[in-house]
Amino acid sequence: MDPVNVVNLVLAGVLTGLVYGLMALGLSVIFGVVRVVNFAHGEMMTIAMYAAVVLFAAFKLDPFLAVLPIAAAFFLLGYALQAGLINPFITRPEHSQFMLLVAVALIMVNALLVGFGPDARSVQLDYLLESIEVGPLLLDRGKLFAALVACGTAALLFAFFKLTPTGKAIRACADNYLGAKVVGLNVKHLYALTFGLGSACVAVAGCMMVLLVDVTPNLGPAYTLLAFVIVIVGGLGSMAGALLGGVLIGVSEALAGLLITPSAKSMFSFGLLILVLLLRPQGLLGRKT
Amino acid sequence: MTRAHALLATLLALLVAFPAAASPYALSVATLILFFAFAGQAWNVMMGFAGQLSLGHSLYVGVGAYAAAGLYFHFGIGAWAGVFLAIAACVLLGAAIGFLAFRFGISGVYFALLTIAFAEFTRIGFDHIQWLGGPGGLFIKVEHRTGWDLLNLRGAPAMFYYVMLGLTCAAFALCAWLLRSRAGYYWQAIRENEEAAQALGINTFRWKMLAVVISSAMTAVAGVFFAFYYNNLFPEQIFHISRSIEIILGPIIGGLGTLFGPILGAAVLTILADGITELLAALGWEFPGVKQVFYGLVLLIVVMFLPHGIWPTLARKLGVGK
Repeated sequence: MDPVNVVNLVLAGVLTGLVYGLMALGLSVIFGVVRVVNFAHGEMMTIAMYAAVVLFAAFKLDPFLAVLPIAAAFFLLGYALQAGLINPFITRPEHSQFMLLVAVALIMVNALLVGFGPDARSVQLDYLLESIEVGPLLLDRGKLFAALVACGTAALLFAFFKLTPTGKAIRACADNYLGAKVVGLNVKHLYALTFGLGSACVAVAGCMMVLLVDVTPNLGPAYTLLAFVIVIVGGLGSMAGALLGGVLIGVSEALAGLLITPSAKSMFSFGLLILVLLLRPQGLLGRKT
Repeated sequence: MTRAHALLATLLALLVAFPAAASPYALSVATLILFFAFAGQAWNVMMGFAGQLSLGHSLYVGVGAYAAAGLYFHFGIGAWAGVFLAIAACVLLGAAIGFLAFRFGISGVYFALLTIAFAEFTRIGFDHIQWLGGPGGLFIKVEHRTGWDLLNLRGAPAMFYYVMLGLTCAAFALCAWLLRSRAGYYWQAIRENEEAAQALGINTFRWKMLAVVISSAMTAVAGVFFAFYYNNLFPEQIFHISRSIEIILGPIIGGLGTLFGPILGAAVLTILADGITELLAALGWEFPGVKQVFYGLVLLIVVMFLPHGIWPTLARKLGVGK
């Protein structure tokens, strides 16, 4: 095994992992505040990927530009989903919420199947294939830009929660639902806002992911599971944990292709998930509740 | 005899007589309904009675199916022995998962995700067991399509129907007995409020373990039936999370924690899926995915407007108890 090769693989894993991390960040933020596990998360990601493909096919719009309108649309979609469908389920038992989101996921993934068929779609841009040489290392240009956008989005979200009054109010809802209501916060609106933000995250992640892989409707459930693995490993509700978990999974997937058969790579991820759940259920960076 | 008993007896008589009048297609649909009713009852013991949400029951269906099918495929030993191996394997697995989860205090969403993780882990693992066919699948020879070889579970479609009917009735009786037993009351106490149950001196760990063990053993039997009814097994299908979801839809739509809910839910969902298929065929809208979109919409509506499932509402209308 050539060490330079291994380092290149790890780097590629880190870059892909950051995009995974952004996807998982959306799930983590939603769970951390609304306390609902979004079982339709990967399906939403896939819809964003198709949106990027369609905009590119129709207007030759580069996914790096398309990300803005798609994220805005997803924010509205997420807001509507929470305000219209999920808010009435907040006080219902977990299995009931689960069923609701499974139904939503089922509709989403099959609507994509009806609309686009089962064949893979992709975005073809010439500059994605170029690499940047740093000494002996090779960085994939598309992956690098995608990872930078993912980091930028995560930083923006982080700043929003730390610095703005609305962000603070949302954190208050997450910490104490009843307390937030007592001091007069509009909890339902803030929940919807959070779901919108989580959806916007997943939309950005989707636009970036379409640069890295071809998209089929079947990716939805796979990404949902991947997002679960990442947030549990990193810590459900922890923002930094989601990014760290994403990078860990990205690197482990890249290395799994080298060390064991590529088809067993997600076995490693699920094994990691089981270990973390048993030994450190709050996740690597999560707080104990 | 109460009204509930009379209704139950009538239903049973109709089900026993059904194959005489039914077309082969109707018989296959009915068998499928009974399969999901049985598997749903198994899941209901764990979630509906004891309140432990498992989203990985495909694990037990798959391991049970592969255990019995592997025994038959490689050694020619029939289902009569395979079912014991399947139950043993699944009980061990269920006990291991339950032990780890409950010892480490994992509950709610985390427990559900743990069950998914074990099922997915096993799915990918089976993809790499060449001895059991790997991703290419395991195929059992189809024999005696007209006879009734119950011990080896080889025979006519009607035999499979009656086997499934017998299993469903047995599961119903078992669940009815369990629900009225000491275990049943402890489970319901744990389901409603685990801390309070513990405060009353219930060893919640032990009773939760019992629920997992019974549920996994029943699901193993469902798996054995699946293997010998369909004669082909693919890890990609049998361990897939969508199979787990198929199993749990019935009890949730029918009425979680009720005796009759899983059966009613399985019937409603299977007939609904078939009805949608026929309707779409009549309309000429047979694109892949359309059926599932409608299915999802109906599911959404039921979950929104009948949070406790169909059976509690229907039971009140019929004037029978739960």
